[in-house]
Amino acid sequence: MKRSLANALGLLLLALTLPLAAQDLASFEKRVTVKTLPNGLTVLILRRPEAPVFSFFTMVDTGSAQDPLSKTGLAHMMEHMAFKGTPDIGTTNYAEEKVALAKVEQAYAAYEAERIKRVGRDPQKLAELQKEWQDAIAAADKFVIKNQFGEIVESHGGVGMNAFTTYDETGYLYSMPSNMIELWAAIESDRFANPVMREFYKERNVVMEERRMRTDSSPTGRLVEQFLGTAFDANPYHRPTIGYQSDLQSFSATDAERFFHHYYLPSNMVIALVGDLDPDKVMPIVERYFSQLPTEPKPTELTTVEPPQNSVREVKLHEMAQPLYLEGYHRPSYLDPDDAVYDAITDIMSNGRTSRMYRSLVRDQKIAAAAAGFSGLPGTKYAHLFAFYGVPIPGHTNQEIQKAIQEQITKLKTQDVTDEELQMFKTRTKADLIRGLASNEGLAQQLAIYQTRYGDWRELFRYLDKVDKVTKADIRRVANKVFQDENRTIGTIQTVTQPPADAKGAN
Amino acid sequence: MRNRRSPFALLLLSVALAAGACAQTQPTPWNQLKFPPLPAFQPQQPVRIQLANGMVIFLQPDHELPLISASASIRGGAISEPAAKTGLVSLYGDVWRTGGTKTRTGDQMDDFLEARAAKIETGDGSGSTSVSLNCLKGDFDAVFDMYLDLLHNPEFRADKLDLAKQQMYTGIARRNDEVGSIVGRESAILAYGKDNPYAREEQYATVAAVTRQDLVNWHQQYVHPNNIIFGISGDFDPKAMEAKLRQAFEAWPKGAQAKDPEVKFPPTKPGYYFIEKTDVNQSTIAMVDLGILRDNPDYFAVSVMNEIFGGGFSSRLFNNVRAAKGLAYSVGGGVGSSFNHPGMTNIRMQTKSETTVVGVQALYEEIDKMHDKAPDADELKRAKDQILNSFIFRFDTPEKVLREKMAYEFYHYPLDFLERYRGEIEKVTAEQVQAVAKKYLQKDKLAVLVLGNDPNFDKPLSSLGPVTKVDITIPPPPKELMQQMGMQGPPGEN
Repeated sequence: MKRSLANALGLLLLALTLPLAAQDLASFEKRVTVKTLPNGLTVLILRRPEAPVFSFFTMVDTGSAQDPLSKTGLAHMMEHMAFKGTPDIGTTNYAEEKVALAKVEQAYAAYEAERIKRVGRDPQKLAELQKEWQDAIAAADKFVIKNQFGEIVESHGGVGMNAFTTYDETGYLYSMPSNMIELWAAIESDRFANPVMREFYKERNVVMEERRMRTDSSPTGRLVEQFLGTAFDANPYHRPTIGYQSDLQSFSATDAERFFHHYYLPSNMVIALVGDLDPDKVMPIVERYFSQLPTEPKPTELTTVEPPQNSVREVKLHEMAQPLYLEGYHRPSYLDPDDAVYDAITDIMSNGRTSRMYRSLVRDQKIAAAAAGFSGLPGTKYAHLFAFYGVPIPGHTNQEIQKAIQEQITKLKTQDVTDEELQMFKTRTKADLIRGLASNEGLAQQLAIYQTRYGDWRELFRYLDKVDKVTKADIRRVANKVFQDENRTIGTIQTVTQPPADAKGAN
Repeated sequence: MRNRRSPFALLLLSVALAAGACAQTQPTPWNQLKFPPLPAFQPQQPVRIQLANGMVIFLQPDHELPLISASASIRGGAISEPAAKTGLVSLYGDVWRTGGTKTRTGDQMDDFLEARAAKIETGDGSGSTSVSLNCLKGDFDAVFDMYLDLLHNPEFRADKLDLAKQQMYTGIARRNDEVGSIVGRESAILAYGKDNPYAREEQYATVAAVTRQDLVNWHQQYVHPNNIIFGISGDFDPKAMEAKLRQAFEAWPKGAQAKDPEVKFPPTKPGYYFIEKTDVNQSTIAMVDLGILRDNPDYFAVSVMNEIFGGGFSSRLFNNVRAAKGLAYSVGGGVGSSFNHPGMTNIRMQTKSETTVVGVQALYEEIDKMHDKAPDADELKRAKDQILNSFIFRFDTPEKVLREKMAYEFYHYPLDFLERYRGEIEKVTAEQVQAVAKKYLQKDKLAVLVLGNDPNFDKPLSSLGPVTKVDITIPPPPKELMQQMGMQGPPGEN
């Protein structure tokens, strides 16, 4: 290899791109307006007048890790309920609907109390209570204007309306023509100031269908759920974001409302707006509408820390599907000073056709169709997993994948990565940042995430300094610290031709 | 970048605005708001150049970021490959890039490009193949040189063909693992027929039959300037770039004109089709039929009808099947359209095993309602508003405008198709919506595919009508291939 030439080129590129990034931060600092309202809500506005449109991202610093005990899936359920409207959106008569919804909750509580009795449950009484509950739902339904929230957004030109819940956070997003900014402020503030838990139990059925789709009816979905349940003990990362079926069948609208009042607080939310928006005009509008959210302190942080793992763990799933190999190692949260070192390992091991996993397992050994290693399973806010996976090609096995991954890990622990590899990581990180600046949606999300995670959106650019400081020694040190056998959890799919007995009629 | 005001002026302005804002401190209810008109926006149109050799070039400068990206669409795609070599174009689209050029291996290209965070990639589709690049503008000349080298001098090295074949064999072995891939594949086969080039699937044997020479021949047959539409966007000077592209492409001689094969589209065979999957607790329902071409005069009424029926959060399928009945998380669909062949009409939902037949009936009910009555004025207006008010998002970036124009050029559509679309949508009436629903959404013409675990169904599927079982067994690899790959038996049994 023409090592010195590659080095020289790399250095040249570094010299070219570094000032660029610095320039971006300077130009962005002029274009980003940040304000924390008296109620604690942080709002960022970035002017990007390329076209008369804007995108927003609302980040709630609460995810499924905050699901109460026995109520897994509640954070995600709340996300679904945030599309159900308010006293002003989605109803023909809120005063009457409110009374009817209270009756639904009473009836459900009575039904649920009977349903969960261990001893002395009366089937006849249960059926009657169920009917009363269903009748109450039918009565409340009469006032509902279906999906009016979504309809307002879409008929005013909103696109990409969506939301997601992860272990770490809940996000809401869409884009609109820029003349709709006040409508946006009106409905988005209403949505988080005055949500109404209408159609809760039907939406709960919808979420159960989502669980059947993502987890129960998918071999990979089943593997990931079992794998995380095995890798984590204390941290809520061991539970599924979608929720266990029995919890979905149990929690109530009252539970969701309680969760909402506890976590959906302005002090726990960041909103970023990006597009053809004049901050001088838009910030007062945002303030006028969002000031109606109550002033409350930020909810307490999760204090449980995953204890060290001291023995290898393993889950094997017998599936009517082709084999799959997955292994994970506990690593600290994103706040760890070595966070950029983990990113370097991910890049060098997994990014594209020059990556070590591709070149060794796919190209040279020809045992995998795909293979990679990455951080962030299943989240990054708390200590989580650095995972490796391999998809064996026909005629090859999980054992071969496991062995090949171990060889790559050993190499990382015992030999320095090359100058080219390290430089490639740094160059690509900078270029990716630049590419990310081209979209309103992407920028809004990045600004909100960095503001929430670091208390300052500028960390999005300052992160590059940390990337630049990563050394070969750092990579070896971190690899040796984390990739230890007793810190490992293994998950595999093993192929069977008949379904295991317990999977038949799975529900 | 765009900071014209001095900080002092800005300060004054914000004080003034803050004072103004004090007058109005209460939120206004959403339905009492008045909106200013959207500022007039004329998206920048790319410059179109046609070279004497037939190549069409679009230049779309965009100086926001120091990046350049380009892509060539080349006529000729998978529908033109021989059935016995299904998978050929997919292999070509992969090995064109990974197999490198006469003077550089694909791996050397990877090293060169990744060190610059740049990409050159090749791809394939049903009617075209492509070569694209993306780089920081400072690297453009070096990356473009490599791009031209790949365009003119590909080597299709045998080791990379083997690698690509292995990837495809893996895909074949895994095609029945996840519900989505099974239903996606089998519903297209039902709509178009199993031998139709838009639906047929590669098999071990058809992939094994492809040789390096096939890839070389394909390249010689199709990659000529008169078959290429080239688009470039990013931070460049258009005059200088035009000169550079003329220099690169003008001397390239014309070649044989690509011609798509005549594809027949016999009507979809209606009826009920069943795929058994014992390890699921949810059924997937797909109702399919042939759709329409995008140059059909009904296309605009169909667009509005789709919006009402099954598009987005405010559609009837979403409102009635998901929100009101709680039967599904995933539900949607409508009449499909494509530029150059009938699209696929596809109505899909996933519901628990115990509501499978109820689910089919719920979809039927929504089709009936589209037939029975024209939408009322409110619903029609909402659907049109959705399309018209979000219209800006079809061209809110220079890149999107470029891609639209390239597609129209490729399919010989008028270049102002998008501009005309707006006016045509405005004209659609409620009666037209009802008429296209009756014409293109017909229950007795639909092939209804259900995948699921039938002992748990609410009622047997046969209660709806005669059911044809669909066999999704993967044809085993030829013997020699099994030996070559070290397999004891077909995948799944080793």
